[in-house]
Amino acid sequence: MSEVRRIERTDAQAPRGAEGPPQPAVDLTTDLAGVALDNPILTASGCFAAGAEMDRFYDVTELGAIVVKSVTPEPREGLPTPRMAETPSGMLNAIGLQNPGIDAWLEHDLPWLQRKGAKVVASIAGKSVEDFREVARKLRRHAGIVAIEVNLSCPNVDHRGLVFACSARDSSEVITAVRRESDVPILAKLTSDVTDIVAIARAVVDAGADGLTLINTVLGMTIDPETGRPGLYNTYGGLSGPAIRPIAVRNVHQVHQALPEVPILGCGGARTVGDVVQFLRAGASAVSVGTATFVDPFIGPTLIAELTRWLADRDIDRVADLIGTVEPWS
Amino acid sequence: MMATRAGSVRGRTDTDGPVQVTCEVLARRREGAYWLLSIAAPTIAERARPGQFVNIAVEAPGTLLRRPFSIARVSKRGMAAGTVEVVFDAHGPGTAWLTSVDVHDVVDVVGPLGTPFPIPQRKVSCLLIGGGYGVAPLFFLADELTRKGLRVDMIVGAASQDRILNAIEAKRLTASVTFTTDDGSYGVHGRVTDAFDEVVDRCGSGVVYACGPNPMLRAVSERCRERSIPVQVAVEEHMACGIGVCFTCTLPLRQKDGSVRMKRACLDGPVFNGGRIAWEETRFEVGPPIVVDDDEEELPEPPRPTDADVWGDA
Repeated sequence: MSEVRRIERTDAQAPRGAEGPPQPAVDLTTDLAGVALDNPILTASGCFAAGAEMDRFYDVTELGAIVVKSVTPEPREGLPTPRMAETPSGMLNAIGLQNPGIDAWLEHDLPWLQRKGAKVVASIAGKSVEDFREVARKLRRHAGIVAIEVNLSCPNVDHRGLVFACSARDSSEVITAVRRESDVPILAKLTSDVTDIVAIARAVVDAGADGLTLINTVLGMTIDPETGRPGLYNTYGGLSGPAIRPIAVRNVHQVHQALPEVPILGCGGARTVGDVVQFLRAGASAVSVGTATFVDPFIGPTLIAELTRWLADRDIDRVADLIGTVEPWS
Repeated sequence: MMATRAGSVRGRTDTDGPVQVTCEVLARRREGAYWLLSIAAPTIAERARPGQFVNIAVEAPGTLLRRPFSIARVSKRGMAAGTVEVVFDAHGPGTAWLTSVDVHDVVDVVGPLGTPFPIPQRKVSCLLIGGGYGVAPLFFLADELTRKGLRVDMIVGAASQDRILNAIEAKRLTASVTFTTDDGSYGVHGRVTDAFDEVVDRCGSGVVYACGPNPMLRAVSERCRERSIPVQVAVEEHMACGIGVCFTCTLPLRQKDGSVRMKRACLDGPVFNGGRIAWEETRFEVGPPIVVDDDEEELPEPPRPTDADVWGDA
């Protein structure tokens, strides 16, 4: 019983925020495609909703920036359930881009983020080049939006439903259109489900992308062995979580080696400070944390604190010094 | 991931919103066919209201995500103050792992999450309908309704007698309990809906609360619609995050303008107005067909309170 009472006393202390103990002086600032960020920890689109949901837990402006859930021209209710299937060290999802549509997003969600003073990366999606153009146009001249992330992992209805990001030409067309409309840096979010990620990366950069987000989820499927039914209503879905982290790190490294001047937002399965450092070393200027938020709502502030300590323990003054530092074996 | 020290609390102090806590396991035992887990989580206990849930981190091999559990009971006062109890069935690797935690182990819990059951704003007789371990949050609710001076009756359904959760507790908390079992091993032979009319008429039930498998919630909601009784249901949906950001636990809700919108069970629910769920657009199958006795002359319904009467303009 004494043990229990001790715990109750500790627990009865006022809950504290994410600030924790004082942090050593380390420069966490990073530059992502011309956007100055206080720290390199961002959210991953579709894993942080519109931001306000997470502010129930902590002040979301502690994050480097918030990459919001993809917005389309029209409101979308998304797919029927099941939309999620857990897999070893990961999960599959097929949500179907449920979102309120750009007009409602600008009316309700963005103003909240602006009042908070958050740095917003607006993720945009569409089923045609025109869709992307329309959303990008409506995002012009809004305070708080520091960049646009173009979600190219959407089926292109004009090209047999092929995902934009699988085609260098389709991806370039979208980026060209968004580039013409947008007044902020644009990041092209690519998929690893291609033969040559560097070719796609080169194409979107030539089309005007200021940076790349690498990678989106990896296409996967599960089947219930008993019922024979797919785990997802949509049959296929995107695999996320620690399971895809090595794939993401490889993509970041491959593209960084080929296109060292192109800023990269690393994304895919990051969960620990070691994961974040891997992405930075591979060549990412910042890291999006996605599925880990589902498991640990405080993962963002935790990683910022742990990254600070990790750098201090190794006498590294600036996080930017880590970017692209892979030591060769020979 | 296993939190080694109990007592850490992360979250905001100025709200009744969710926190993340590491807490000591006070008890883990069989509760009939189910399992009961009791944890020391004072902040959650203080803030929790009936219908809300907690999200517990599990460490079973091959799992990644937390598991959601309705809160079955909290102790806000007395010797056991600060404890939170959940009841669960070990039907997957996550819940199986949870049956193996020991007293004094530390678990990582996020909560309280989701919407609570709304409490009637006027004096009305309340009928609580639970299926399987879905009865658990109704105990917490019965406590609160009783404390507000409202009459509480219960229908408790299960597949068989051994799967009825804590019959003694159900009797202790209510004016009357009617048990139903699918196999007839205890109480009424049939589903909760087979006992519905008799209980509603006998108890003058003016509102219904239900928790259990979604097909049961659908059947209860449709029965309530036939009898024009306001109904609140706590749904069970697969969740990845439990905190409103992943959009996997959605279900279709009919809006006042007639449109159907996908709502998050973890944030907009898990408690919904059962009359608003667009059940026909879900994959939930209805239970056995409802038998209507044609011979009996239809009696005029006594005036029932409407949704607006009971919950305000919800």
